[in-house]
Amino acid sequence: MSWRRTVAIARKELIHVRRDPRSLLIALLLPIMQMILLGYGATLDAKHLAVYAFDRDGSQTSQALLKRFQASPYFDLVRTVEGYADLTAAVDAGRAKLGLVVSPDFSRRLAEGGTVTVQAIVDATDDNTANLAMGYAEAVIGGFSQDVQLAWLRRQGLPDRAAAPPISVETRTWYNEDLESRNFIVPGVVALVMALVGALLSSLTIAREWERGTMEQLVSTPVTAREIMIGKLVPYFVIGLVDAALCVGFGIGWFGVPFRGTVGTLLVATALYLVVVLGIGFVISVAIPNQLGASSIAILVTLLPTNMLSGFAFPIDQMPAPIRAVSYVVWARYYLTILKAVFLKGSGLAALGGPLLAMVAYAAVVGTVATRAFRKTLD
Amino acid sequence: MSDAAVVVEDLVKRFGTFTAVDRVSFDARRGEVLGFLGPNGAGKSTIIRILCALLRPTSGRVRVAGLDVTRAPEAVRARIGYMSQRFSLYDDLTAIENLRLFGGLYAVPAGDLDARIRWAVEMGGLSGREHELVGTLAGGWKQRLALGCAVLHRPPILFLDEPTSGVDPLSRRQFWDLIHHMAASGVTVFVSTHYMDEAEYCNRLALIDRGRLVALGTPGELRSAPLGGTLLLVECERLGEALAVLAQTPGVREAAVFGDALHVMVPDAETALRELPGALAAHGLRCERIEAIAPTLEDVFVHRVGTAP
Repeated sequence: MSWRRTVAIARKELIHVRRDPRSLLIALLLPIMQMILLGYGATLDAKHLAVYAFDRDGSQTSQALLKRFQASPYFDLVRTVEGYADLTAAVDAGRAKLGLVVSPDFSRRLAEGGTVTVQAIVDATDDNTANLAMGYAEAVIGGFSQDVQLAWLRRQGLPDRAAAPPISVETRTWYNEDLESRNFIVPGVVALVMALVGALLSSLTIAREWERGTMEQLVSTPVTAREIMIGKLVPYFVIGLVDAALCVGFGIGWFGVPFRGTVGTLLVATALYLVVVLGIGFVISVAIPNQLGASSIAILVTLLPTNMLSGFAFPIDQMPAPIRAVSYVVWARYYLTILKAVFLKGSGLAALGGPLLAMVAYAAVVGTVATRAFRKTLD
Repeated sequence: MSDAAVVVEDLVKRFGTFTAVDRVSFDARRGEVLGFLGPNGAGKSTIIRILCALLRPTSGRVRVAGLDVTRAPEAVRARIGYMSQRFSLYDDLTAIENLRLFGGLYAVPAGDLDARIRWAVEMGGLSGREHELVGTLAGGWKQRLALGCAVLHRPPILFLDEPTSGVDPLSRRQFWDLIHHMAASGVTVFVSTHYMDEAEYCNRLALIDRGRLVALGTPGELRSAPLGGTLLLVECERLGEALAVLAQTPGVREAAVFGDALHVMVPDAETALRELPGALAAHGLRCERIEAIAPTLEDVFVHRVGTAP
């Protein structure tokens, strides 16, 4: 392999990117855009859910319950309505995620020491949000219920202990202490952006030469197929690393995602991942000699599995066995595992042996295929 | 050591069932300008591409600069320069950037590179425009830049596939001066063309038709080779009528208007010289001049090369 020829190709490729607004946009703007869109948009947390209440009791006690909802970070008590129809209309229209109905005998029965039921209507079109809303609502009502019981016991002159349950749980959430879904999503966005940018840019490299008619002159020189491949991919490798730094920096600096691992671990994993996505993009570029076709396939091949099967959107343990088996083929899965561990757990290279090994194997296979894919002939 | 820069023996190239090159053999000497002349689709480009190791021959032997093109393609590529039919430098690079790229690809010694780039810029008349994007340059400049890129590594053999198509006459003339300049310094140059005037500039010509080599020789040899008859120049009144008369006259094989006279092909010159003026006079046409002439390359080309379908 000749260093001179490889550098000549790399330098020319960099000039193409610099002078092509489309490539520049993909290389520099796309990562930031994805980060902002997904960082803000793809949050799985349910906060400030709109609550409509129909308080048929209208007592101090029922008001106290509604205040609890207002005080919770998960709910916003938007309005109290004067009829059942208004409540259902609000849920129908999507204005309310949760509708509360307090019965007219609410305060009276509690005062008598009896039990009472509060009706909660949940908009379950989005089952994830509905589950969260139900859980939070039960917690709010449960807390209020316990306080009511405690007050009643005190009035009866009984000790507090009678109200306390004998066993309580003390939970510690590890790695993502605040249960911020953003902390989990941002590392995923890094994997997504790198897959997109890497495969998209490299899918244009060979196709562009065919499309512009420059391939014939290029292959007439003594440059080898491998020098062309390496020379063409090195600039995108560097761009990929810059994009990764951009995304990680943005995630930490702007979104406040914790970063507990070392830059070295991140670098090793990212370099391997880039080899895989660039290699795949390059093979696509060899197979499809026009830029539009090649880039469409590159997006399809990288974005879809990275989104669906890497554990980014859906947890892999929850997938049915055949789908889970397919996810082992998805290279992004290993990178995502490493990213999350590096960001949130602070794991080092040693602790990530399994996924790292998988990525090394993947990089080796893709690298080999890519080297063989391109042949310097017009036949 | 043989003086042959290129040796081709029984070269065949098939694409599926189509035979693009059919048992072609020839060789080229050092410092020679060898022209490939033939209609579009005759196989000129295919032969050049095989010689440049861009296409693999189906059968036959091709040695370029003493190397077998199928066994040592990269070594062959290092010893040749090639300009493809379509302009194929990078439009989004400047002239200098293109030259620097090809200098790198041909591994021109780093110490010589700047001097050679300067030389190529001057040769191409590109001084002052060397930092402009190639896409903005006009045809003649592009062509000379492409030549500069192809010869930056001083190859002993140069392949030019229709280098002057779409270039104005003045630029063509300049381009040919460059080609002869290189040949004079010992470079073997292959040029394909379908311009007759350019064919005259070649030391030797290979006539290619439907994949076959139908004639090979100097322009003079080709012109004087027997065409199966004698070519007569006939000057007379009312060319159109005269053409109709002569076409009907026994002993005339072909007749065509050529400028302000007729070219008439006859198997027997003596009889024709005697009888044709009379045949014209019988129709009231006075023959002002009739004589045997040497055929032009175009006559040879039209005679030898059937028009491609």
